[in-house]
Parts: sequence; C-alpha cells; structure tokens
Amino acid sequence: MVKEAPSSRAAGRETFVLNLGPQHPATHGVLRVRLTMDGEYLVEAEPVCGYIHRMQEKMGENRTYAQFLPNTSRIDYLSAMMYTHAFVGVVERAARIQVPPRAEYIRVITSELNRISSHLVWWGAFLLDLGGFTPLLYAFDDRERILDLLEGLTGARLTYCYYRFGGVCNDVDESFLRGTRAFVTHMRPRLKMYRDLVTGNIIFQKRLKGIGPISAEMCRRYGATGPVIRGAGVAYDVRRAEPYSAYPDFDFEIPTYPECDSLARYMVRMAELEQSLRIIEQALDRFPDGPVMAEKVPRVLKLPAGDFCYAVEAARGRFLVRLVSDGKDGAYRLKLRTPSLSNLSLFGEASQGMLLPDALAMMGSLDLVIPDIDR
Amino acid sequence: MSGDIPSEKASLDGPAVPDGGPALRPNPLAHLPIPFQVVDYAERGVHLDASVAPDQVVAVAGELDKSGFAIDTITGVDWLAEGQMEVVYDFFHPTQRLRVAVRTRVPREHPEVPTISTVFPGANWHERETHDFFGIRFAGHPDLTPFLLPEDATYHPLRKDFNP
Repeated sequence: MVKEAPSSRAAGRETFVLNLGPQHPATHGVLRVRLTMDGEYLVEAEPVCGYIHRMQEKMGENRTYAQFLPNTSRIDYLSAMMYTHAFVGVVERAARIQVPPRAEYIRVITSELNRISSHLVWWGAFLLDLGGFTPLLYAFDDRERILDLLEGLTGARLTYCYYRFGGVCNDVDESFLRGTRAFVTHMRPRLKMYRDLVTGNIIFQKRLKGIGPISAEMCRRYGATGPVIRGAGVAYDVRRAEPYSAYPDFDFEIPTYPECDSLARYMVRMAELEQSLRIIEQALDRFPDGPVMAEKVPRVLKLPAGDFCYAVEAARGRFLVRLVSDGKDGAYRLKLRTPSLSNLSLFGEASQGMLLPDALAMMGSLDLVIPDIDR
Repeated sequence: MSGDIPSEKASLDGPAVPDGGPALRPNPLAHLPIPFQVVDYAERGVHLDASVAPDQVVAVAGELDKSGFAIDTITGVDWLAEGQMEVVYDFFHPTQRLRVAVRTRVPREHPEVPTISTVFPGANWHERETHDFFGIRFAGHPDLTPFLLPEDATYHPLRKDFNP
C-alpha cells in the first residue's frame, strides 16, 4: 500500500538526495534517478535521461531509407522486429507498396516470437530485481529457443534486420516452421510452470499487490501504453486501435487487469505470452503461399513529399514513427516516439511517498529499456 | 476516462479493419472548436489533422483532454527555406479508434509556443526534448534544461543549419 510520506505531514523535515544510478543494476542500463528522500520514503524522484543518447533521429535524416533500416533494431533492442516493422511500415505507406500476404504472416510470426522473448527477458530481470535469481535461468533457457529459431531465419540473434520495404528478405524454410510449432507446444506447459513457481508464490504476491498504483487517468495524461495502460484496465493495444499488417486476421484477446498495481502489470505480460502463442499458432495454421517481397520495389526509394505516421504495438507499448519527406531518398525529418520514454515519464508522480524498495519494484514493472528512452 | 465522441465506427469494440479502416466521415470531432481536416488513415496514418495558431495550442490541448485523448508525442520540423519552425502535437485515444495530429508554425528567429504541460503533464519531457533538438522555447515550461543532450549543450542538432 502507498503510505503517505511523513514529509507531507511535517513540512520542513530534513531530507537528503540519493542518486540511483547511473549504473544501478536494477535499472538495466544507464538510467539515473535523482531521489529526494525522507528516510526510506521518496519525496521526489526525477529521472535523468540521456546517458546513452545517440541521436538516432539525426541519423534518420542523413542516411537513405535503406541505410537507416538497421538502426531501427537498435532502439529497443528487445523489440527489434516490431521496431523494424514500424519503419518499413511508414515507408511502405508513403510509397504505397502492397506487401504480399505471406510476408505479412511471416512478420506477424517473427514479431510475436520477438514479443515472447522480450517478455521473457523482462520476467527474468524483474524477478532478479525482486531478489529471485532462478527464474532468470528458466526464462533464458526458453528464450534461447526463440533466438535459435530467429538466428536460423535472419542470421541475427538480437538486432534483426529481416524486414525489407515490401516484404522480408528471405522466405522461411521447413525447419523454421517445424521449430516454431515445436516451440509453441513446448512453451504452454512452461507457462504453467512459471505460474506454479512464481506467480502463485505468496511472498512474490505480497511484494507487488497494491504497490505502485498507476491509474488509467495517469496513463492518459502521460501517454503511457502497453502493459502499463492494460494493467490499469484499459484494453488499448495498437494491434486493435490502429490495426496493421495481418493482425486483423487473427483471433486474440487483449489481456487487461483493473488493479493498476505492479502485480496487474505482471499479470498482463504473463497473459500476453499466451496470446502471442495463440497468434503464432493461427498464423502457422493458415500460412499462405506466394511471394515474400512486393514486385518492383526500386533499390533507391524516393518517397513523395508529405507527412506519414505508422504505429506498432511493441513489447513495451506504442511505438510511432513520423516521417516527413521532401521527395528525396532520405527523410527530411524522422520522429521516433518510443513507449519507454512515455512510460517512465509518469514515474516522478507515481512514486511520490513510496518506500524505496517498492519504487524499485514499480520501476521493474514498467519494463524499461534505456536505449529506447535515450535513442 | 470518458470521451464524448459520437461515432460508433471509431469504437475499439468493433471488428478490426486493416489499415484503420476508411477515412472517418464526417469528422467525429466536429463539435470541438478545432479546425480538423479529415484525412485518409491508410495514406497518412492519422484520422484528423489540424493547423492552428501558436496561441491556440493550449486551448486545443484542453479540448482534446476533455474528450479523453492521451498525449502521444510532441516534436518539431525545421522548415529552413520558409524561415519557420513547425511544432507537431500527436494524440491518440485510449478507447476509440481515433488518431489526431495538431500542428502550428512559428517564425524561425523567434520560435516560441506556450507549453501544454499544464494540460498534459506527459508533454513536459516531449517539450524538453523538442527544445533540445530544435531550440523551440515552450513559454511557461517548468524546466527547459537539456533532457537528452549533455547538460552544457548550447546547440540544437536537428536544426537544418546545424554544423557539428
């Protein structure tokens, strides 16, 4: 439960400043939070960003579209497929390229595999934050199977550059399809084991229940999306709100939990693992034949002048690319709106009056990727 | 969270339509005093787009706030040849299938717009970032110190005349 900070009752009481980071292990990257503490309670928390800022948006302006494509998997390196999807999506929208159905299905399968592997990293690391070491080993064991599958298909294990303007760079083979089906079969009992091992654990539940409430209204005012807004009971998912690719073909649920606490955000991601498996299974069942690249996509793309947006549901929430073109072979302006930045922006307000260890549990439940904030 | 948008077509409960469906006609936000143009979502990635005067952005953000919109992002575009800076505000609706963009232009020599962080606290960081990259000042903003750039940065790297 959030307790009222003693400071709010006794103004003028002595406080001290505590620097969390820039390299605290619980922040998985180089994030710094300047905390004003009253004993163990947070009076004020101010995230200090930019330690690994790379000016990706400038790189988007001084490269051609194809040259910038590999950068998109290095923003949120755990959602590389989805981020590449948004960038090829906005270019395809501007150039009016029709992507063949088989390529769209491959994109959905690989994006959902990527979502599962991202959630598995979060699951392991989050429990590590809370003091449980073993779950990480289980998570990475299962994640390894996804990385092997995607490595066989794309040649990369993390920073995939597999999607192309108009499709994907090569067709899937029999071993990928067989392996993906085997993974779905393998993963379902593992999810049950995760529930038995961790989710049902009373110590774990007491650590998260009622901790770090983030209401739907707060999500709206800060633009928080993904499992954060769904853990506040709002079924907002870009795959439904702005349907793209082949997602309208599949039957899946948007898991929501109305409790608004850290446990709700945990439960949302656990349920999403199951939904991603469902989507992959349906895509494999109805996998269409045909080409995996659109015909006649020029090697050097020049987009018509204009202002174009494309949003995807990445593992952490809404990722939006805004591309302003002036008719040349590279973007005049490329804006990357990343979910981690918006999700972290509410931390200062949401963490007020919390105990420090509770605030860290809440930060873990936001699933931050720091290069996604700093870009 | 409630939005009074009289359009069943835009509800998230409806069947999923690829590419966001056809252009929303008529404008479901016609009751608001915002000069929205209906645009084709499949072509542009937004449903409604409005250009307003710089002194209107706070009132526009207030109207969208009352209609239940969420702040998506804020960014700039440097139109060097025209001597103007554009500020683009993006909003999405958490429960309706509706994406809107609002834009305004200010002279390049004096790029200043009022802050909307008083309406959407989430705008605070987006405006700080826009100030970092473009040097656009947001009047009334609580803290325009560098956000992503080094703390002593005096340059604005996304200006088209920026030379490192």
